Amino acid sequence: MPDTDARYAPIEDYALIGDCASAALVGKHGSIDWLCWPRFDSPSVFAALLDADDGGCFQIRPVDDYTVDRRYLPDTNVLETTFTTDTGVLQLTDVMPVAGRAAYRQELWPEHEILRRVECVEGSVEISITCDPRLEYGQIDPPLEDRGPHGFFYNHEGAVLIVRSELPLTRSRGRGALYGQQTLHEGERHFLSLTFDEGEPAVLPLLGDHAERKLARSVNYWRDWAGRCAYEGPYRDAVVRSALTLKLMTFAPSGAIVAAPTTSLPEAIGGERNWDYRYCWLRDAALTLRALYELGYEAEGRAFFSWLLHATRLTAPRLSVLYDVYGNSTVEERTLPHLEGYRQSPPVRIGNGAHDQLQLDTYGELISAAYEFVRREQSLDTWHADLLSALGDEVCERWEEPDEGIWEVRSGRHHHTFSKALCCVALERLVALDEAGFLQVDVARYRNEAEAIRAAVEEYGYNEEMESYVATFGGDRVDASLLLLPYYGYTDATAPRMESTFARHHGELAQDGLLYRYPPGTDDGLSSEEGAFGICSFWDEEMFARLGRHDEAQENLDRTLAYANDLGLFAEEIDVESGAFLGNFPQAFTHVGLINAAVTLQKARDGTLTTLDEPVEHARS
Amino acid sequence: MTFALTLNVGSALLWGLFATGVLTLLMATGQGLGWSRMSFPFMIGSMVTSHRGRAMALGFTLHLGLGIAFAILYALVFESWKWATWWLGGLLGVFHGLFVLIVFMPMLPDLHPRMASKHHGPTPTRQLEPPGFMALNYGGRTPALTLIAHVAYGILLGTFY
Repeated sequence: MPDTDARYAPIEDYALIGDCASAALVGKHGSIDWLCWPRFDSPSVFAALLDADDGGCFQIRPVDDYTVDRRYLPDTNVLETTFTTDTGVLQLTDVMPVAGRAAYRQELWPEHEILRRVECVEGSVEISITCDPRLEYGQIDPPLEDRGPHGFFYNHEGAVLIVRSELPLTRSRGRGALYGQQTLHEGERHFLSLTFDEGEPAVLPLLGDHAERKLARSVNYWRDWAGRCAYEGPYRDAVVRSALTLKLMTFAPSGAIVAAPTTSLPEAIGGERNWDYRYCWLRDAALTLRALYELGYEAEGRAFFSWLLHATRLTAPRLSVLYDVYGNSTVEERTLPHLEGYRQSPPVRIGNGAHDQLQLDTYGELISAAYEFVRREQSLDTWHADLLSALGDEVCERWEEPDEGIWEVRSGRHHHTFSKALCCVALERLVALDEAGFLQVDVARYRNEAEAIRAAVEEYGYNEEMESYVATFGGDRVDASLLLLPYYGYTDATAPRMESTFARHHGELAQDGLLYRYPPGTDDGLSSEEGAFGICSFWDEEMFARLGRHDEAQENLDRTLAYANDLGLFAEEIDVESGAFLGNFPQAFTHVGLINAAVTLQKARDGTLTTLDEPVEHARS
Repeated sequence: MTFALTLNVGSALLWGLFATGVLTLLMATGQGLGWSRMSFPFMIGSMVTSHRGRAMALGFTLHLGLGIAFAILYALVFESWKWATWWLGGLLGVFHGLFVLIVFMPMLPDLHPRMASKHHGPTPTRQLEPPGFMALNYGGRTPALTLIAHVAYGILLGTFY
């Protein structure tokens, strides 16, 4: 039996490049193993990540044995991989070109492009190139047409992929793959380009000096963007890397931020916890908005908030758990049985069945995001105000219902304490916005309902014996989401019940600088174990900071950050034993957690820490 | 012998606009369904500007104008034959479509300032993919779609002029 694992790189071996509408994963061995065009949730062009044999990839690497070192060029999303062989050193630079708006007015750009520069910087290195696109998640081996100086064309269903190369490529017999092998000598530098156009005549990619300028322009674009980061506190490099990663997962045309650019990277190898994260979760709204504003990215914050309310307008006052980048809430889940899955961990799922779950906490998270927006921008237009009021009425109607909860468990509905608490927060924030003159709600009703919810949470959601808030009413299980209660302003971190809750949670869930979201072995409707949850680890550190235990916060943050890969990226989960990444990668929510933890620690030390219930200024009349 | 054509300009303009709209609709439907990447508005507009958004808007306007101008030509033919009917318009549409596909498209790289030559690689000023014979570079169903759209254009003019 072949060693199946050897065909798959560890998840942490991947890097992300992107153009703020789509993204690709590039492995340490110079292979682009995941790419979806034209947008994050489109069918894949390369999917070797999920099927090493039939998924398709685009690889450039030395023929002989080599060691690898890699980095992002400082403050950019331009990846540089350095291969060292016995005979020489080869540098591979990967970028999906981006530029300011003016550049798009001055010349025609392909809709999407991956530019790869290969350069021999020392000695000589023989390289091999394989470009093997398999469209529609590996199902289509597209016909290849050689158009000479214009490049190699893959036409499929009104879309076209073009490969142009300064190195000679030959096509495989009977198939659509391109191959090349060449020895490069010191100083030799060549470009390869893969482009995508759809619905219109294609724009042929330029190589040589023009490609060099495009690369330089992309570097400048990212450096300008990173330079706008207002955060100057500790862990700045990790924070800036997280911000750059979040920007890569932003769908610029709408302002949406996807949870991750991948699908079905397993939360347990060989398990069934494989989900499609190429969508946007309302759950992440307030935390993401806070991260953007804290770093000084107001334009991105405004775009994200605008997307949030745009997306929810079609389903309001009911909220869907997740939406696609254009705000559609119907993302039916199905499996792709022809793909074997990462390290043979089927099923590969596309779409997400959680879209029709009920998560009452999303009302609190969305309304908290609106509150944060108003606090920062001092404005709320009438339509948005009406929408928020309608959401508040919905909370009053539905808060007593059981729901699936923040973790989208598939074991049925329960009365989740965090969901109820966030319903209370939603109503209290709306009352505050009413009092500040930004909208009008039935204040008396909202106050009564909020008090009723709070009473229920305190009576049924707190386990006196455990001295802790618990996951479900009347239950005895801890849940890391409860660590967010102080952040959302439901209670103070230093309130006796919260302090003892934190002690209990840290004691039960923390291990080696990481935190599980709930105790391993909890019945969540799925078999197999999962790893520690990236963002929960950062919530743990935020709690230390909020409690004034700064040194412990820093110590734990140091330990958590040590789990990042060599480029500073995090997946959704981490295997506590091995430190290996699990789940979709990279995960926006984890990086949001990192940013917020660093900011919280800095502010706690400065004595400027706030929560989401900070009062808003009165609306200007 | 003296020969004078009387032209119903109003009718030609009105139905020319309508027929161009239908032609554009058919072509855009084909693009949307993935049958072809042929986009007259983009190809025309990109002659004037390299800004994609502006090229589409400008190209759409110019394409409408061209469609109306061609309607005048069709009307002149109808007047010269003193007869206009759907199949006559359809036949003119066949001729029109074939001319565009077989004559105009292959020579477009020589006329379009941003289109790459079919013999050389792209340059910084010429990057647009050339259409090739019968615009087959833009998809195998492009000739059929283009022909159908032009026949529909001719039939509408022949019927309503």
